[in-house]
Amino acid sequence: MTPESKNPSSMPDGLFSSREDLKEVARRLRRRIVTIIGKAGSGHPGGSLSAVEIVTALYWRVLRHKPSDPRWPDRDRFILSKGHAAPVLYTALAECGYFPIAELDTLRQLDSRLQGHADCCVTPGVETSTGSLGQGLSFAIGAALAGRLDSRGYRVYALLSDGECDEGQTWEAAMSAAHFKVDNLTAVIDNNGLQLSGRVRDIMNLDPLGKKWEAFGWQVSEVDGHDINQLLDALEKAKNVKGQPAVIIAHTIKGKGVSFMENNVDFHGKAPNAKELELALKELA
Amino acid sequence: MVEEVSLRETYGKVLVELGRENPDIVVLDADLSPSTMTGYFMKEFPQRFFEVGIAEQNMIGIAAGLAASGKIPFASTFAVFAPGRCFDQIRVSVAQSKLNVKIVVTHAGVTVGEDGATHEALEDLSLICSLPGFTVIVPADAIETAQAIRAVAAHFGPCYVRLCRPKLPLVYSPDYRFDIGKAVQLRPGGDVTVIAIGVMVTQGLQAAAELEKEGIDCRVINMPTLKPLDEQSIIKAARETGAIVTAEEHQEYGGLGSAVARVVARTSPVPMEFVAVKDTFGGSGKPEQLLAKYGLTARDIAGAIRKVIERKG
Repeated sequence: MTPESKNPSSMPDGLFSSREDLKEVARRLRRRIVTIIGKAGSGHPGGSLSAVEIVTALYWRVLRHKPSDPRWPDRDRFILSKGHAAPVLYTALAECGYFPIAELDTLRQLDSRLQGHADCCVTPGVETSTGSLGQGLSFAIGAALAGRLDSRGYRVYALLSDGECDEGQTWEAAMSAAHFKVDNLTAVIDNNGLQLSGRVRDIMNLDPLGKKWEAFGWQVSEVDGHDINQLLDALEKAKNVKGQPAVIIAHTIKGKGVSFMENNVDFHGKAPNAKELELALKELA
Repeated sequence: MVEEVSLRETYGKVLVELGRENPDIVVLDADLSPSTMTGYFMKEFPQRFFEVGIAEQNMIGIAAGLAASGKIPFASTFAVFAPGRCFDQIRVSVAQSKLNVKIVVTHAGVTVGEDGATHEALEDLSLICSLPGFTVIVPADAIETAQAIRAVAAHFGPCYVRLCRPKLPLVYSPDYRFDIGKAVQLRPGGDVTVIAIGVMVTQGLQAAAELEKEGIDCRVINMPTLKPLDEQSIIKAARETGAIVTAEEHQEYGGLGSAVARVVARTSPVPMEFVAVKDTFGGSGKPEQLLAKYGLTARDIAGAIRKVIERKG
């Protein structure tokens, strides 16, 4: 059943784009991400760009949500555990209609609703405040358990970074989700291979990541995180997993779409300057 | 002899009552349910009880997620482990997100006894009071505990309730009514005011009774809500009695004394003395031995009262 058939008013116009159109959505999000970070003069382009297809697939095809009613009790929940990628969430929320697109230009400014890391008390559509890594999955489990207790049909999605798997809390949460047999939860790991100060395998090797999650009791699938078809298929399959949580390890490229940002650790937390922004937008034209 | 009743036993039983009254009440524990007494709730409502294992950070995160979807989670562990072991989770997932999570901790302070320093939370109030929006409550007896638990369940917003391990003498009669943010004058007096919380309330009353023999007329106030603080009662006490002694089973840094001193300094400066743990960790021993060792007895309060009255001039 598509969300549309269940509740036609639950989705704004255009969110059920064809799979081809989603590529265009992704391109638009990338342009907005580099633009607003460039304008802000600071921010995290690398991990925002790597997650674009994941966020696009979720917000345009998978999530049942109502931008006109961000706290709709039956909505699917999306938790951005890797809170520094706030720009990808903000651009998706704005494009979906949670707040005016023009507001994106206020990113990181004084009194803006768009803080450097997402704050659920000020930004419509943000489920929980994140930015301190490792906390989102626990929150997602709580939201999923509440849905189960109330027999609400919603599903919870948590987007984690690979570097975030350094945090012990991530594994506390992983263990407990399987223990509680939380099967209305899908975690997606934006496995871009880089963290703030270097390559994940050099900073703290996570391999074999899939086997770790499997050993913690999760149904694991691995996809090309920039291939929307693969993502949509994996997200759909995850919905049908019963009695255990599902995780999708999405292999991505940090800084994807902008040649000089791709696989470049310098753009984890650095804004493009005016010249770089111009170049980036040219590449994303 | 005043009857002694367990605060945590009371907590466990009130949780069950609340569970019967409100299906949205859920409880989480980190492998301490026989000690925090959330086990009663677990037995009656297994579907609404989440044993997370020895994983306090995850417990707080799950509680936050439950709260964000309309549940009223009570998360319990020892006071050393929350906020100590999960401060950032409380800070970001609960406080910054302004979620309706109730953290009820037991085994606070040196009255834990034999388990020693690692298990004796003496800095938890300082940590939790530093977080915007938190309501922080330290009941003085079982009657106040029962009412405080009901009050935090009914109050929307993050709350922290600190309970001790041993049974405590009843301070209140059953008709007592606890209100969040309201101090309670337990004894009138015009020469000096003792402001106490938790375990120290009974000690404060004993000190006042002792000093009556020396002709010192000592007011005693219980300040069960450390945040938001009942500033009016402090200002009134400072202006009417001209000297204040605070008493808490907590570090001197950032606890009750600091909070009261801020109000006094700003509104009505009077001499103050602080009965608290003086920048040291606890240790092993019997609760009463430890209270004596760390200067937390009625005698210590009496000594502080004499000193502050001398300074009053």
